Amino acid sequence: MKITKEEVGYVAHLARLEFSDEEKEKFTSQLNDILIYMEKLNRADTTGVEPLTHATYLSNAFREDDVKPSLPHDLSMANAPEERGGSFRVPKVIE
Amino acid sequence: MKLHQFTIHELQKKLRGDDTTSAEIVESVIERIDAVEDRIHSYITLLKDSAREEARKADGDIRSGKARPLTGIPIAVKDLICTRGVRTTCGSKILHNFIPPYDATVIEKLRDAGAVIIGKTNMDEFAMGSSTETSHFGATRNPWDLDRIPGGSSGGSATAVAADECIASLGSDTGGSIRQPAALCDVVGMKPTYGRVSRYGLVAFASSLDQIGPFTKDVEDCAIMLNVISGYDPRESTSVPIDVPDFTSFLSGDIRGWTVGIPKEYFIEGIDPEVEAAVRKAIAVVEGLGARCVDVSLPHTEYCLAVYYIVAPAEASSNLARYDGVKYGYRSKEGRDLMEMYKKTRSEGFGTEVKRRIMLGTYALSSGYYDAYYKKASQVRALIKRDFDEAFRSCDAVLTPTSPTPAFRLGEKMDDPLQMYLSDIFTISTNLAGIPGVSVPCGYTAAGLPIGVQFLAAPFEEGKLIRIASAYEKHSGIEKRRPNL
Repeated sequence: MKITKEEVGYVAHLARLEFSDEEKEKFTSQLNDILIYMEKLNRADTTGVEPLTHATYLSNAFREDDVKPSLPHDLSMANAPEERGGSFRVPKVIE
Repeated sequence: MKLHQFTIHELQKKLRGDDTTSAEIVESVIERIDAVEDRIHSYITLLKDSAREEARKADGDIRSGKARPLTGIPIAVKDLICTRGVRTTCGSKILHNFIPPYDATVIEKLRDAGAVIIGKTNMDEFAMGSSTETSHFGATRNPWDLDRIPGGSSGGSATAVAADECIASLGSDTGGSIRQPAALCDVVGMKPTYGRVSRYGLVAFASSLDQIGPFTKDVEDCAIMLNVISGYDPRESTSVPIDVPDFTSFLSGDIRGWTVGIPKEYFIEGIDPEVEAAVRKAIAVVEGLGARCVDVSLPHTEYCLAVYYIVAPAEASSNLARYDGVKYGYRSKEGRDLMEMYKKTRSEGFGTEVKRRIMLGTYALSSGYYDAYYKKASQVRALIKRDFDEAFRSCDAVLTPTSPTPAFRLGEKMDDPLQMYLSDIFTISTNLAGIPGVSVPCGYTAAGLPIGVQFLAAPFEEGKLIRIASAYEKHSGIEKRRPNL
């Protein structure tokens, strides 16, 4: 087993997801199949190879730090599921 | 022929020659949508009223001599490209009510070119899929066989063009999401070089792989669309400041004396024999045009799928962390504290495939596994890119099948994620290497299902792709069919 049901539960918490027991079983078996397939990467010799995380030759994209118009407050809030006093409203964070 | 059946370049001539009006074209497209849409389901949101208004304005522009490349032409847009004031859902429940406060750069460019935006097309949820079956709004069907999938994830953008429910469309391609549905639906689909088209306003799936590109009825239209959407954008930090040639200038070129690489790793066991036969025929056509087809090797091809399904979910897991029910989109009614609200919102808002990929990506990036998965995959990705760099030292283009099979049946691969992932086996290397690729129709199976051939080129050589694709299209000897709807 590459990944256990307990690990699936832990990773779900990291990803802020929750699953029923049945879903956890199914994900565990499917993720196992996928991770076993990934093992073929170990056959590739990558000694001394720099990881490639972006396919362009660009490194940094700098610009002048000019003040420009940005999204107005009311438009930023327009999609909020809950709002109060111009702020996003959420359930309580601390007891 | 009805107006909705024409290409962009044919309609341009008609509009400028006073043969028709944009209002007539838009009515024809709407009529077509009304006739076939309930069977195909290309669209999540239709914009009939605003399209009619835009058409009236376009006709005024044409009368006053202000026609631009897309003036009055109905274009459809995949529903993960932000449109100001128009719902943009990503095919997901979690964004079912999201109304972007701004336009993506490509939308601004379409509008500047005079396009009429006719609707937002259906897609796999967050572009994660190869069949357009994972959409929260229901599956899209292939116009060539309604029991089959159109490919994905940009399935609706492909079917809208194939079924004449628009004249051309935009999709996005992270691992084949433009080219594979283009092949399965008998249209032309291009993924430009990473950095060629601005991703500003494109809802992110895997930021180092995503690229916007066009679906069109022929290669000439592909060049026209590419002219409109390409170019550096200071608002997008991976957009590359490089000159954009006039892609239509490559349409008349020949490929005499070209070297075209045929990678042996793309003609493998498991490829459908009818697909292989059609692509072999395409190789013969290309040779007949005076190109030399040579065997090339892309030795790390076998690792592409494994690399992709680590890199893409890893990037997705962090990109999709923003959907938390706070700032926009769906929020669960349950959840007594913040943590519970997050979990319930995300678990109720995302579909199964999206959750599977978030899980995979979170696992691959988690403490203790990062080196074994993400780092290893990124190293092999460098080797995959190196393979292409090497091939393009001696080849002008590379030719491969676009998809290993024609369109499969709805439901066939939904319970077997690995089998579904294998649909992208010939298209994902392109995204990993950041190079451009185009799928062009290359024939039909005995059952009448479309087949596509893929051409690849070195970074920023889309001009070469237009050249070989148009030369092939002109001389393929394939009689163009229309789906029987």
